[in-house]
Amino acid sequence: MTEFFGVPVVVLLGQVLLGLINGSFYALLSLGLAIIFGMLNVINFSHGAFYMLGGFVTWIIFSHLGIGYWPGLLIAPIVVGLIGALSERLLLRHLYGVDPLYSLLFTFGAAMMLEGLFRYIFGSAGKPYPMPSALSGGYNLGFMFLPVYRVWVIAIALVVCFGTWFAIERTRLGAYLRAGTENPVLVQAFGINVPALLTLTYGFCVGLAGFAGALAAPIYQVGPSMGANLIIIVFAVVVIGGMGSIAGTIVTGLALGIVEGLTKVFFPTASAITVFIMMILVLMIRPNGLFGRER
Amino acid sequence: MPATDKPRLQVDNLQAWYDESHVLHGMTLNVGDGEIVTLIGRNGAGKTTTMRAIMGVLRKRQGTIRYKDQDIVALAPHKVPRLGIGYVPEERGIFASLNVIENLTLPPVTQPGGMSLNEIFALFPNLQGRNRTIGTRLSGGEQQMLAIARVLRSGADFILLDEPTEGLAPVIVDQIAVSLQILKQRGLTILLVEQNLQFASAIADRHYVVEQGEVVDEVQNHALAANMGKLNAYLGV
Repeated sequence: MTEFFGVPVVVLLGQVLLGLINGSFYALLSLGLAIIFGMLNVINFSHGAFYMLGGFVTWIIFSHLGIGYWPGLLIAPIVVGLIGALSERLLLRHLYGVDPLYSLLFTFGAAMMLEGLFRYIFGSAGKPYPMPSALSGGYNLGFMFLPVYRVWVIAIALVVCFGTWFAIERTRLGAYLRAGTENPVLVQAFGINVPALLTLTYGFCVGLAGFAGALAAPIYQVGPSMGANLIIIVFAVVVIGGMGSIAGTIVTGLALGIVEGLTKVFFPTASAITVFIMMILVLMIRPNGLFGRER
Repeated sequence: MPATDKPRLQVDNLQAWYDESHVLHGMTLNVGDGEIVTLIGRNGAGKTTTMRAIMGVLRKRQGTIRYKDQDIVALAPHKVPRLGIGYVPEERGIFASLNVIENLTLPPVTQPGGMSLNEIFALFPNLQGRNRTIGTRLSGGEQQMLAIARVLRSGADFILLDEPTEGLAPVIVDQIAVSLQILKQRGLTILLVEQNLQFASAIADRHYVVEQGEVVDEVQNHALAANMGKLNAYLGV
């Protein structure tokens, strides 16, 4: 059996794969967080709750209406995005003029309420979601078993992340967004409706979180605290990646997933804190993050 | 409605505040169709603030601002430019996260009659072939040209131009003066903030002298030479 630093390569590859899956979720979530922070100057503590909401929307429409995984993958982000856009329009908007601490507290409180509501209605226990038949099973690579769903998660997350990168870096709407991040007042003075752009940005980014939640339903159980567990790590990913670059945020998310996976092989007890150790190291050496620009 | 003898822009008793500090104390001025009118005055007199108040970028204001006989004070800030008003801010406002062509095409086309990219490159040859360059990597003069070109493409036929020559080499200033002459021939209306009297006199029809947030004098361009002593006293040179 081939070994690498005393660890069988099969085990190593298995952990890299698991890491890539976690990294896919980190990338999808941190991407939205970073864009929201850049554009709205809001530290969106609701992001994990919107991820949870995406999982629950998928689960509810399946268990109550019989709507399956594929439509769910489309419906969940749309529902979550609309709820997000509405909450930006009605509530969050009023906090732009004041210290960012207020919007942080608002989104934190909103997340607590949303999670509390779901715990009250559905209980704390996770709800299993059946694996869609087209994506169950796996490939036997000879040296390891590769579940189809994991390959799917990584592939679709990469596609969605690339699509988001493309929309921001290569389209006209994306140019509005980048310019609006730099100087919203001037963008408005060119005739662009910046308040509408902010609503759209927030709706789209929490929609991404909702999509991640739907994607997570078959592998992690759907439960009220699924977002709270993840969001702290995602915040660390954003800090490590820095705010300056969309591509950087995506790469950081995936890379940290892998690093975390490898730590599980070589030093399992440290795997839960790897990301935070990385964060401290990065903050000491590059306070603006790996890909960040000075703000 | 056809053009009337009403001025294109009419500002009456405009007051404006930055937070608590009262900056404009009743600016009154007008700009006619096809005219180039300057606001001259010392630093801090309120020239830039007047422009920001007209654009609606500065929200805390009172008084009347009428454009084409429509009150624009109540309009949302993004609706003002859609009337065909282009804004070239003092700091030029070239975006560092956008390349030249993205900067150039950022303002949406608000009305027909805007310049095509070919016309713009003919007017400002320095910008040609620089499409993929990051906007802020251009020289100061090129950034100024880009800032002007940007609003010309949008079809704006009334332009607020805030100190286009500030900090630029004389040869670039001449180039910008020539391009403004061409714009004037095309019938554009321009409100210009300028400290450089020589530059202003080469293109303007009238000059308003601004002091402490109000217009204190008005000089026709043909009478500029005769009033030079008075103007120099205003400007403190």
